[in-house]
Amino acid sequence: MSETKKFLYVNRKAPYGTIYALEALEVVLIGAAFEQDVSLAFLDDGVFQLTKGQNTNGIGIKNFSPTFRALGDFEVTKLFVEKESLEERGLTADDLQEIMYEDEDDDWEEKPSIKLVSRAEMADVMADQDVVLSF
Amino acid sequence: MKIGVVVSEGPYTHQAADSAYHFVKAVLDSGHEVPRVFFYHDGVNVSSRLTIPPQDERHIQNNWTNLAKEHEIDLVVCIAAAQRRGLLDANEANRQGKDANNIADGFRISGLGQLIEMGIQTDRLVTFGD
Repeated sequence: MSETKKFLYVNRKAPYGTIYALEALEVVLIGAAFEQDVSLAFLDDGVFQLTKGQNTNGIGIKNFSPTFRALGDFEVTKLFVEKESLEERGLTADDLQEIMYEDEDDDWEEKPSIKLVSRAEMADVMADQDVVLSF
Repeated sequence: MKIGVVVSEGPYTHQAADSAYHFVKAVLDSGHEVPRVFFYHDGVNVSSRLTIPPQDERHIQNNWTNLAKEHEIDLVVCIAAAQRRGLLDANEANRQGKDANNIADGFRISGLGQLIEMGIQTDRLVTFGD
């Protein structure tokens, strides 16, 4: 099983109204052990998953948003966020939490994992994949 | 061609498990292979052997059990998703100190690694969900 494929996890739902976001993240974390070429896409209400300052005390559901900041340690370093989805929801890049990774090919320099892309660019990202899992 | 299938919505509430079933039959009829079907999110509920639909309705769990038996398809139920929703095999029930188990014949409980492995080993991955 040495073959490396390009895996894209597509996140389209808000974090707590349904379980899709949490269970998608669980797939990403387990999948990281398989050393595939992993990317994540956030579009539609999925962009809310990355917003900073999430507080779930009032709803009694675990806040899993800090886990996104640990993805770099699992070598998951490509988080594509669709600009139009942000704009349609009145959000900007400043509303998202800072997610960094250390680039081992560049003297472990800290770099941002989140890349804003247009809807058209997101289509190219998707077309470039071997396996797309949509949540 | 090898085709992997994911079912990610629950039975009867959603058509996903039915559509996946018809898709898999069509794939097999066309001479292709379906080595594994992976049940995730509410899709894990398909595997409950306590399922009792009215007699004039399709029996989704039996449909899958029979299809798997006939074509040697590996029906994998995600353990994390299953345990959240009260689905246990005999081993897990014993390990967790529960007094019952409910996984139907033909299904087996395993980890998410089986989903990733299916993505790697098949030529196409087809998801049935919302």
